[in-house]
Amino acid sequence: MSDIQFWTLIFIFLSFTVYIGIAWRSRVKETAGFYVAGQGIPTVANGAAVAADWMSAASFISMAGLIAFLGYDGAIYLMGWTGGYVLLALLLAPYLRKWGKFTVPEFVGDRYSELVRTIAAGAAILISFTYVVGQMRGGGIVFSRFLNMPVAGGVGVAAAIIFPYAVLGGMKGITWTQVAQYTVLITAYLIPAAAISQTFTSFPIPQITFGQVLDELNALSIEFGLNSYTQPFTERPQLDIFLVTMAVMIGTAGLPHVIIRFYTTKSVRGARYSAFWALLFIALLYSTAPAVGAFAKFNILEGLGGTAVDELPDWVENWEATGLVIINPEADTIESISNRAADGADITVDNDILVLANPEIAGLPAPVVGLVAAGGMAAAMSTAAGLLLVISSSASHDFYFRRIKKGDATEREKLLVGRLAMAGAVVIAVIGGINPPAFVAQVVAFAFGLAASSFFPIIVLGIFWKRCNAKGAAAGMVSGLAFTATYMIWSLYISPGSTVFGISPEGIGTVGALVNFAVAIGVSRATPAPPAQLMEFIEEMRYPAASRRIAPPTADQAPETELGGA
Amino acid sequence: MSETTEGKDPDNGWREEYWKRNLRLMAILLAIWFTVSFVFWILLVEQLNQIVIAGFPLGFWFAQQGSIYVFVVLILVYAKRMDRLDIEFGVDERDQNGDRL
Repeated sequence: MSDIQFWTLIFIFLSFTVYIGIAWRSRVKETAGFYVAGQGIPTVANGAAVAADWMSAASFISMAGLIAFLGYDGAIYLMGWTGGYVLLALLLAPYLRKWGKFTVPEFVGDRYSELVRTIAAGAAILISFTYVVGQMRGGGIVFSRFLNMPVAGGVGVAAAIIFPYAVLGGMKGITWTQVAQYTVLITAYLIPAAAISQTFTSFPIPQITFGQVLDELNALSIEFGLNSYTQPFTERPQLDIFLVTMAVMIGTAGLPHVIIRFYTTKSVRGARYSAFWALLFIALLYSTAPAVGAFAKFNILEGLGGTAVDELPDWVENWEATGLVIINPEADTIESISNRAADGADITVDNDILVLANPEIAGLPAPVVGLVAAGGMAAAMSTAAGLLLVISSSASHDFYFRRIKKGDATEREKLLVGRLAMAGAVVIAVIGGINPPAFVAQVVAFAFGLAASSFFPIIVLGIFWKRCNAKGAAAGMVSGLAFTATYMIWSLYISPGSTVFGISPEGIGTVGALVNFAVAIGVSRATPAPPAQLMEFIEEMRYPAASRRIAPPTADQAPETELGGA
Repeated sequence: MSETTEGKDPDNGWREEYWKRNLRLMAILLAIWFTVSFVFWILLVEQLNQIVIAGFPLGFWFAQQGSIYVFVVLILVYAKRMDRLDIEFGVDERDQNGDRL
């Protein structure tokens, strides 16, 4: 067993012990605990849980590599995935928390109709499932590299850990475990990044220092036949960049596993601050990622460029074994580098290995490599757990009890069905993770477009426009989804590569959202307004307290005795 | 007294006022959000890239660093301002002891 394997085992074993311990302490006995953690999660902890929930294997493992190869245009992910939280915090989170239900479909069900609820529950399950398969796969890849285990075995181990705490503890167990997982993943991300920054620039804060290598990086990139690193719009035209960024942002704000986290706070105010803490915790990693990407690319270009194939550093050989680094058999010295095998470059480096291989590339000691492996696992598992909860709550709460049992069930029965649905979701996720359906990789990228064109518009209209009715929402959601899906299928399969105005399938979600808004508004106007009682409920949603304290508006620090009947 | 305040309050003018001020705050913050995320790095990037600070062309910096920091600050400002607004209109949430939730 190598040093790296030894330390990987140590860190993964230690971190998993902590997760299981936390899960055992926070097991739950009632459905409110299972679905929304009894709405008793402190704000900062909830923020950390949202961050862990959000930052998946893709954020931890792939993003820095993706940015390294996209250069300037990589900002669509950085900005899209963080800017979405501004929309979430200002437009959705506080109001949905005030509405106070268990699931996203439940809100649209109450606000509009049972039909809308069913469509939404189906969309939530579909989106979450495509996502969770990717997470399981990501966890499997980490295991297979560091422990020399087949990917299938890695997926099995990851599921065996998630299973007990998700089934036992539901949202409560998942949330507290995610807090621990955030700590592990951010430590694992920042330590190597700081070390690399220190090596290159003698200053350990990568966010500040990576500007120093940009000039040389631009020069090196051009030398190797790549685009200049800081040059904008090399990968996509300007209009498309605009639309993709917007689609990723509103998709982020519309993803059910993110929205659901704002139901778990104690109050409306807590939901607002949770969004702040969540984005702050996310920003720690997302502002580091472009620095890691720039340093890693610089390192690779400078370290490998012009080197003879038989004199390449050790890490190249280690990663060649996983198939994620490929050396062109016809190459003698490395003169071109790419992240796509189809380019036929002398060496092909997969996006996914930059973060995982970075400590090795920079020559950091074995314990750091082990820590990074544990961090990658934490990122994959925390996101998988959050998604599994959405799947199980939509299946049990929105389908089974609403459609089949029609609300006629005891607390025990509800909890049991919730747990069974969770167990079923884990099993399906394992099967999907071991044999990923071919479409998954593509669908994950497009899940944002689908979320953007379905959930976001009707939730925003539901909160801010009382006049929006069930017919409008159903028509808007269906037409937004249909429009987006049709364009994606047309551009990807029917006539591959063709676009209208250069709009890529990733960017079409923005247009789909506009279609959804327009149809929902048009149909609502043409049909009768929602009932007066519902209008009053929507009105109530806008004010945090259940009732107003009768106090003069100027009395800021009103005495406690003047409390209303909250 | 809650019966008189829930929906049947004779003077619901405060609701309109509260909502209007909430919307105004939102509009300002979203305008900043839009400027940073779409105007700076997509429309004005070439001009901003002429300025280089600590090795970063400014347009590039906004795209990969600055915008993220601005987003964090926007949410914090929103939460703080809404806290004040809630207290001013007496709709802040408190537990039985009168402590803010």
